[in-house]
Amino acid sequence: MNAVAKKASWDEAYNFAYLDEQTKRMIRRALLKAVAIPGYQVPFGGREMPLAYGWGTGGMQVTASVIGPSDTLKVIDQGADDTTNAVSIRRFFKRVAGVATTEATEEASVIQTRHRIPEKPLKEGQVLVYQVPQPEPLRKLEPRETETRKMHGYAEYGLMHVRLYEDISRFGHIATTYSYPVMVNGRYVMSPSPIPKFDNPKMENNKAIQLFGAGREKRIYAIPPYTRVKSLDFDDHPFEVQRWPQACALCGARNSYLDEVVLDDKGGRMFVCSDTHFCADRQEKGHRGPMAADPAARAFARSSETSEQKEDDGR
Amino acid sequence: MSALVLSESLGTTVRQPLMRATGVSKSYGDTIGCLDVSFTLHPGEVIGVVGESGSGKSTLLNVLSAQLPPDAGTVEYDLRHRGMSDIFRLSEPDRRRLMRTDWGIVHQNPRDGLRMDVSAGGNVGERLMAIGARHYGEIRAEGLDWLAKVELDASRVDDKPKTFSGGMQQRLQIARNLVTRPRLIFMDEPTGGLDVSVQARLLDLLRGLVRELGIAAIVVTHDLAVVRLLADRLMVMRHGRVVEEGLTDQVLDDPHHPYTQLLVSSVLQV
Repeated sequence: MNAVAKKASWDEAYNFAYLDEQTKRMIRRALLKAVAIPGYQVPFGGREMPLAYGWGTGGMQVTASVIGPSDTLKVIDQGADDTTNAVSIRRFFKRVAGVATTEATEEASVIQTRHRIPEKPLKEGQVLVYQVPQPEPLRKLEPRETETRKMHGYAEYGLMHVRLYEDISRFGHIATTYSYPVMVNGRYVMSPSPIPKFDNPKMENNKAIQLFGAGREKRIYAIPPYTRVKSLDFDDHPFEVQRWPQACALCGARNSYLDEVVLDDKGGRMFVCSDTHFCADRQEKGHRGPMAADPAARAFARSSETSEQKEDDGR
Repeated sequence: MSALVLSESLGTTVRQPLMRATGVSKSYGDTIGCLDVSFTLHPGEVIGVVGESGSGKSTLLNVLSAQLPPDAGTVEYDLRHRGMSDIFRLSEPDRRRLMRTDWGIVHQNPRDGLRMDVSAGGNVGERLMAIGARHYGEIRAEGLDWLAKVELDASRVDDKPKTFSGGMQQRLQIARNLVTRPRLIFMDEPTGGLDVSVQARLLDLLRGLVRELGIAAIVVTHDLAVVRLLADRLMVMRHGRVVEEGLTDQVLDDPHHPYTQLLVSSVLQV
């Protein structure tokens, strides 16, 4: 601690990790409660952060409360390390906490995420922090907070299945593709934040700690390591994840979540891994997809490789 | 009391009552909602509660259906596994379970009883899913079955209730409540706001369902024609008190209390 204090590597106009110590303590208490009751939404005194609600204020407060000077931070937005939100949040913590940052999933000790869980399986000791816009999975069907709290308290979750029923009756299958409700540890129905349902199975028995922060709604919830997480479904319409007929155009992966990218205005498009680190890592190891040599596709790939450089130039 | 006499005179055995209210009172500050109401309801029996606006009918119904705690008195219900129990002493989850399985509540305004942005099938299936049904095909089949029972077109099963007419919404509400085979339903002005021909059909339907399924009901209305058709027994309320009660035909054909006489004579004879 002393050594850290001596050579403060962060902007000393701020307390370490931006939030004051009392606030971090309060959030840690909420986190402990959340970990003790998997899937239960713990209210906390959310603070104003220097960015707008909806951009990850909840996730940032959780990250600020769990991060230490020796941590390595990775921030992803829609699976990518190089989008505006990810770059800004990473730079923010570099400045106010002086922590090392990385794009490599395996090197990070804290990963703040929006919309994705990294393709590479997480390890024990890693912390995955989700940014959550709407923590209440029942909200769309039951607008009253007093009522949804009772429903959670008494485990009255029939309404959740009404939502899935509506999907099947309209589309013939469960058409919910993101924010797909899960049952945590056999007790609480939880919204997994807007991750694609492709990622839902990764939450089950994950070795990492998963923390969820909702800044606007001021709720924190968590899934401790090795916890049962079941996606809700019907007996005759079981839960299924998305599948693509294509492989990733750049790295050829067939088991990852793919984004469709429009390349030109002549109908050119490709499907690439949404997890940019996963894709780049595979390409480095020599895996090639069908469009790996295409100049337009390469241009897209290059922009993600150089993001760290641009970020440093920006400072 | 009259039910007891009746069942004895018919030579049947005395059955366990389904619900018993004793000295139920509820006031809002100085304003009296209902005062010292007592009655016994037997399985399969339909009790009508009539009276003009402000006579405490709806307050009484809200207390009986556990939506409003009374100031004094008890409401006991014959729970399937525990026998007669005071519904206000049940734990909240137990009471909520009772309300969505063994009871049904048909609101005057279907908007209060339906989820307007969930399809008709989803509305009917909600109670089934709430008690653990997890097979889509079965839930849907049951939903279609109930739509047919309340004379709604099966092709409307995926339409939202907001596209339904008032009468259809009311019938959907009934289907949604009956799907778990409740033993008691509460109805607050079930025909309110419907035109006369639709009222007649709804009443016909209700009478059929109540008789066929042997459901007990407490029907609150200001419409004497509704109770004449539906109710076995009648309670006439005024200023929060029950001023007269008895068999429906007896009360309506030979009213004793001056207020009941006024009420009966005010009905327009066509």
